[in-house]
Formats: sequence, structure tokens, C-alpha cells
Amino acid sequence: MHELSIAEAIVAVAGRQADGRRVTKVHVKVGHLRQVVPSALSFSFGLVAEGTPVEAADLDLEEVPATGWCRRCEAESRLENFPLLCKTCGGSKLEILTGEELMVEYLEMEEETADA
Amino acid sequence: MHKTAVKKVVMEGVLDANDSLAKANREDFDRAGNFVVNMMSSPGAGKTALLEKTLEHLRGDPRLGVLEGDVQTTLDADRLARFHVPIIQVNTDSGFGGECHLDANMVRSGISELPLSDIDVLVIENVGNLVCPAEFKVGEDARVMVYSITEGEEKPLKYPLMFRSADLVIVNKIDLLEHLDFDLEQFLGNLDDVNPGVPRILASARAGEGIEEWCGWLRKKSGSTEPAT
Repeated sequence: MHELSIAEAIVAVAGRQADGRRVTKVHVKVGHLRQVVPSALSFSFGLVAEGTPVEAADLDLEEVPATGWCRRCEAESRLENFPLLCKTCGGSKLEILTGEELMVEYLEMEEETADA
Repeated sequence: MHKTAVKKVVMEGVLDANDSLAKANREDFDRAGNFVVNMMSSPGAGKTALLEKTLEHLRGDPRLGVLEGDVQTTLDADRLARFHVPIIQVNTDSGFGGECHLDANMVRSGISELPLSDIDVLVIENVGNLVCPAEFKVGEDARVMVYSITEGEEKPLKYPLMFRSADLVIVNKIDLLEHLDFDLEQFLGNLDDVNPGVPRILASARAGEGIEEWCGWLRKKSGSTEPAT
């Protein structure tokens, strides 16, 4: 139920950033290495968003693949599974470039404006 | 009045709020000179038993303090009470059906009741769970995983998030090795697949194996020295 805790944190960030406006979409980047199950996160989001300014919002998840840079041969690889290995030389000394993201990137909201 | 759709770029880490509280905890720990261990495992891996043996062995050098995290009950803190060291129990059941992990805020409320300046090593015993605690920094210097061999060889591959973040893995219940079909080499291979070369100690909190090595690790990390004999 790791997704429930993450959903709570997303709702908190979005609610604060919305500053009283009604949120229609929350776009979140999730790296492959975060072990987040998208369906479980969406389900949890629906539960914890209830009664908040975020309750009518769609959770728009963007999955970010894991990539790494090899310190030995300096090649870049896409990392699908453990062990995390360089696809060029097989080395294991990798710097993770992407795949650890867990970030609210943007919100879409409705704002009430006075008619001109 | 009419409604317009607006887009707001946020770029805020989902766990930023937690991480800044973890940083505040860390500053308090550093000021008090504490070495802080975030101890994680699945339920029943033997964290509390290990702490009992640790307290028996260390005998106040370094001076240990414990923050116990559990969904409910004070059973773990009660077990450690006989050692007369600073202990605080934090129950996480105020959350949605009981939080499955400690976060930086819960730890912050706990440490306000601990005499940090009388502690060299603070062990934060997290809620037993192989997933959620790994996401939440609490201000620790090191993450120690207690893993019991009754859990099988494949768990590092199934729960890489936690195994990847560990600075030390204590392989507990090693006294049961001869009674189980557990393949230790395979487990250590799986561990190296997700966290290459992570330090590991083979231990038995029941029989005492590895306790010396673990306490030596704690002493070294906390900068304390062996007591003069």
C-alpha cells in the first residue's frame, strides 16, 4: 500500500498549489525505479482526493523509463530489470540518469474570472 | 463570472514536504551528535530481538536510544524497557487505517520527547513492511535492513526499492540455516543484483551470532571506542 501514501502526498501538493481553485488534472511523473503500480496509485488517488479541491481531477501519470550512464565505457543504457547493467559493456557501475522521478509537474485548474 | 481553464507548472517533488522535515530532523541529530539508524524489515524479521541483544552487548557504549514505530501497541517498547535506555514509542494509527511506515513528521514528534544529548546512537525501528518505509526519509545517517532467512531468497528482486536503499543488510535467523531449504548463496547473489557489494552481516539475534560484528559497525560509525578492559 505504498501507493496510498504517495497518493496522499500528491493530493497534499496539488491542494496546496491549487490555492482554492478547482483542479481538473494533476500530471505526475513517475520513474520506473519507484516501484509504483499505476492502477493502484490511481485507485488510491480517487479515495484520498474525496472532499478536497482535487476530488474531480484526473490523475495523469507519465511513466519515465529508467536509464543509466556507465562509468566504465560511458555508454547510456535503458534499464529494464535488475541487475542494472550497462547494455554495451555489461558493467554494473552505473549512474542513474532517469527513473527515480516522483514529481507533480503541472496542474490544470478552473479559475473564475469576471466577464469583460 | 465565467470559468477559464488554467495550467500551473508546479515541478514539486511529491515527497518534498517530507524531505524538508527529514532535513530538520537531521539538523537536530547533528547538533546533538547522534548517529541515526533507520532500521527496516518485514514484520517478524527480528528487529526488536536484535535490539535486545544489541543493548545487552553494548552496555551503554555507545549510548543507545530507540524510537519505536508501530501501527498499534507499545509491546516493542515494553520489551526494551528493562534496559533503562531512552525509548519513545510512536504509533502510526492516526492515519488512514494506520500508516504502514514512519515519516519524517512522526519521527519529529517522537524525538521532541527524547533526550538527544544523552544519546550517541539513535535506532529508529520502522514499521515492519518491505515497501513503504523505503520511500520516506526520516533524517537518518544510515539505513539498516534486517532480513530473516525464513523470508526466502527472492525478496531483493521483488522489493528492490528497499534493498537498493540499504547501507547494511543484517541477514538474521542464520541459526535456522540447516533446517530450511534457504539457499544463502542465491540470496546474496540476488542482493548483489539490486545493491552490488552492500555490506552484510550474517546474524542470529537468538543465538548471538554476528552481534559482535553489528555492534562493532555501530561503534565505528558513531565514533565510539571499545570500552577499556
